[in-house]
Amino acid sequence: MPKGLVVIDRERCKGCGLCIDACPFGVLGFSGEYNSSGYNVATMLHPEKCTGCAICAQMCPDVAIEVYRQQPDQPKEAV
Amino acid sequence: MSQVSVEIPPGYQKVFGRPRALSDAPYTYCPGCHHGIIGRLIAEAIDELGIQGRTVGIAPVGCSVFLYRFYRCDFIQAAHGRACAVATGLKRANPDLIVFSYQGDGDLAAIGTAETVHAAARGENFTVIFVNNQIYGMTGGEMAPTTLPGQRTVTTPQGRDVALTGYPLKISEMLAQLDAPAYITRQSVHDARHVQLARKAILKAFRNQLEGKGFSLVEVLATCPTNFRMPPVEAQKWVTEKAMQFFPLGDLKVRDE
Ligand SMILES: Cc1ncc(C[n+]2csc(CCOP(=O)(O)OP(=O)(O)O)c2C)c(N)n1
Ligand code: SF4
Ligand code: SF4
Ligand code: SF4
Repeated sequence: MPKGLVVIDRERCKGCGLCIDACPFGVLGFSGEYNSSGYNVATMLHPEKCTGCAICAQMCPDVAIEVYRQQPDQPKEAV
Repeated sequence: MSQVSVEIPPGYQKVFGRPRALSDAPYTYCPGCHHGIIGRLIAEAIDELGIQGRTVGIAPVGCSVFLYRFYRCDFIQAAHGRACAVATGLKRANPDLIVFSYQGDGDLAAIGTAETVHAAARGENFTVIFVNNQIYGMTGGEMAPTTLPGQRTVTTPQGRDVALTGYPLKISEMLAQLDAPAYITRQSVHDARHVQLARKAILKAFRNQLEGKGFSLVEVLATCPTNFRMPPVEAQKWVTEKAMQFFPLGDLKVRDE
């Protein structure tokens, strides 16, 4: 299981690409799917690399990203 | 908004989400516009200080004119440039309120220069968030008082000619010369590290008001990708390569006592 995962609100996303540029691990990219406003929505193209650092969310102008992180006190057997 | 419902696997905890002080209303800004980040940092400060119930924002004229839709707190929409005058009256009549103005460079540094300078000189106890994107965004990208020498805008198509239009106003440097202000700083949000620094500065500017320290202003360098006519990522490079050269980041005045 990756350390982190992000949830992107498809309708809030404006496809600006700032999250994609900001992610230090190349997790994010454009999905090629368009929301009801016609924006190419960002998505996790490489979810296995996500660390849950939230750098993408810090840079999202539309506050469309939620970040979840695996808790260190969880049993590690799933890794 | 249609929030996608996603199954979060067990063992994961949310570490970042929308601040409570932000409403559900979608921002009306263009894709990649820094107004959105700066607006979120204010909401985070409101949450952290627990002041949502007694905070009143003053919205400007400019792209952030709809600010009152985006927060779960009260707002007054001021006439163009007059936010600091409105904030003065509101705060003096209701000292228990937490009052902040949010203003672009066209609003604060052109039509509203007098209101801003005198509120700062009087040391009015409120918080100003000053978004310097070096252009008039809302009206279509005309030259602002903060437009850089040589910068192309629709009214300076050959680049700003200082022989004709003078030099940009360094508002923060100007206000830092005054005796009264408690805190004058210039920040930027072009990368996550600087977003964190801007967050701290905004928090301090609100905390100063709670502590009765007086006038605090946080200038934030920002992009206007639409009128820079650049993709959002490229517009951020403009901040580091051009804007920060003319408008250096850092605290210009900190009165700590
Ligand atoms: C009295 C008055 N004069 C001029 C205008 C036109 N006007 C609207 S917004 C604006 C400036 C906006 O620029 P800025 O404050 O930098 O905000 P931005 O849109 O870039 O966020 C101007 C001149 C107006 N609405 N009212
Ligand atoms: S949380 Fe960090 S690693 Fe995961 S997508 Fe965002 S920036 Fe990339
Ligand atoms: S930063 Fe936000 S709005 Fe921009 S592409 Fe990423 S999720 Fe979408
Ligand atoms: S015109 Fe510029 S400042 Fe206004 S919302 Fe669009 S990008 Fe932002």
